[in-house]
Amino acid sequence: MSAEKILESARTSQEAFRQPAGKDRPVPQTRDAPRSRRLVASRRLIDWPPGPDALVWRIVRPVGMAALFLTFWGLAVRWSHSDLFPTPRDVVRGIVELVQKGLLLKYIVASLFRVTWGFTLAVLVGIPLGLVLGWYARAFQAFNPLIQIFRPISPIAWIPVAILWFGVSDAAPVFLIFLASVFPITVSAIAAVQNMQLVYLRAAQNFGLSTGELFRQVIFRACLPQIITGIRIALGIAWLVVVAAEMIAVNSGLGYLIIDARNAGKRYDLVVAGMVMIGLIGLSLDLLVRQLEKFDEVRWGYAGKRR
Amino acid sequence: MKEENTQRPMSSAARPLDIERSRLDVERCAVSIRSVSMIFPGKGKGEEIDVLEDVTADVAHGEFVCIVGPSGCGKSTLLNIVAGFLDATSGEVLVENEPVRGPDPRRIFVFQENGVFPWLNACENVGFGLRRRNQMERERIIGRYIDMVGLGGFENAYPHELSGGMRQRVEIARALAANPDIIYMDEPFGALDFLTRLKMRADLVRIWQSERKTILFVTHDIEEAVQLGDRVLVMSPRPATIREVVDIDLPRPRYLDSPGYLEKRDCIFQAMGLSLRVGDNATP
Repeated sequence: MSAEKILESARTSQEAFRQPAGKDRPVPQTRDAPRSRRLVASRRLIDWPPGPDALVWRIVRPVGMAALFLTFWGLAVRWSHSDLFPTPRDVVRGIVELVQKGLLLKYIVASLFRVTWGFTLAVLVGIPLGLVLGWYARAFQAFNPLIQIFRPISPIAWIPVAILWFGVSDAAPVFLIFLASVFPITVSAIAAVQNMQLVYLRAAQNFGLSTGELFRQVIFRACLPQIITGIRIALGIAWLVVVAAEMIAVNSGLGYLIIDARNAGKRYDLVVAGMVMIGLIGLSLDLLVRQLEKFDEVRWGYAGKRR
Repeated sequence: MKEENTQRPMSSAARPLDIERSRLDVERCAVSIRSVSMIFPGKGKGEEIDVLEDVTADVAHGEFVCIVGPSGCGKSTLLNIVAGFLDATSGEVLVENEPVRGPDPRRIFVFQENGVFPWLNACENVGFGLRRRNQMERERIIGRYIDMVGLGGFENAYPHELSGGMRQRVEIARALAANPDIIYMDEPFGALDFLTRLKMRADLVRIWQSERKTILFVTHDIEEAVQLGDRVLVMSPRPATIREVVDIDLPRPRYLDSPGYLEKRDCIFQAMGLSLRVGDNATP
């Protein structure tokens, strides 16, 4: 039995629990399911079939690992007798201090504000641009080399240019975030249109759609799953960039907090507190965007991937 | 025993290369395929692929015509040309005496699989061709065709939640709802299992009898063609041309064990140059 076959049969056996077999719906084969379940158990389908213990383990495993990490961190700081590097407890105290001063919320809002603007602009530009370039081969031919040259330039490299053009204001990081996120979105939209199934286009043509309707009702909808994947990647990069940008161009935000805490008295507890917040917010943003993948209108595009 | 099988009597319809029988009077004609040839450019010079060679056939109003031929012979290419998705290298296709310039909502194409839009649910798919109708009318038409294809209870299901057979039902309902004059079907049941296919064919004949659309149906399945069609156009291997036209003048419902059915089936087998035996290397 090949690996693909095992995965496939494991998938169908899983399907059997999700949807009851019925009229006109294929009845999954269960004959060789136990064997494949065992084989796959350690790779993908942990805790399958789900028992009452499964939920407990789902929480115990990651929480236990995090606790282990924090303990190791604390012990490592103690054993090294470091004066500067904080223990997890120092970091928590640092976060509490920031909350009490009213700085934490202020900085988080400042960072999110910049990301929201830069990212929204990137979505508004990237999706239409990508769809058009993906559809019109001549435009793609003209624009693609430019895009491919601009794309590998790190947004960090644009910081001097951003300061030159926008000064030390919110516009500079917004511009950097826009630059960082517009390319993944555009490129994923281009690829989605170019790889679109011909049959959708033919069906659309057959029903006599105008060009506008074709873009809105068929091309955009067919490409949406891939565009959302691009958006997820873009948002991750945008969050990386806002922190970097705030270290140089502005005087608020989580990136500024980190640099400022170091420069103004080597407060490494606040540095790490800032890092922790960046990680947590990054995670939340990704979880948020992931919710987009659960809509019925796009779920078909992620078939076979368990979520 | 062996001898008996190979010596099955040839049907009167199986006169070899009777091309004239594929033509009809002009006024009866819904679709007229005139000397259509298709050459696909290959990768290099001298690698062109002759797919269709001088195909001529007519389809009457309200007629159910099946096109059968071996895999890869160009049946689908022919249907794509007729539907206006491809341009023929030479020759032309007339629909209602007007040359085909491109796809047209009056002629809806049913694809082999995955032709339904996965981002729309069953109802929205069926209503796709009804954008210009008002809300009430649209709902009435959608309801009617959802019922006709037997999808009641699955109105809000998305294609990925439906079985292959049900997806094809959605697509057939979508085609019917647009109220076309002609429906082109390109192996619409090809990806389905045997039992589902039988059921789908029975339903398709029932729907065709009530709606009286002209249907041009491409299949590689000889039995399917005999079960469905008023006439069967048998195509040769590539470069494909029409080798035989078989009238299936059997009453409906058709019985799959009736002598008439078996005779027509064997007649197409012979026209395609196939043996009715399995196990000896008699297939040419």
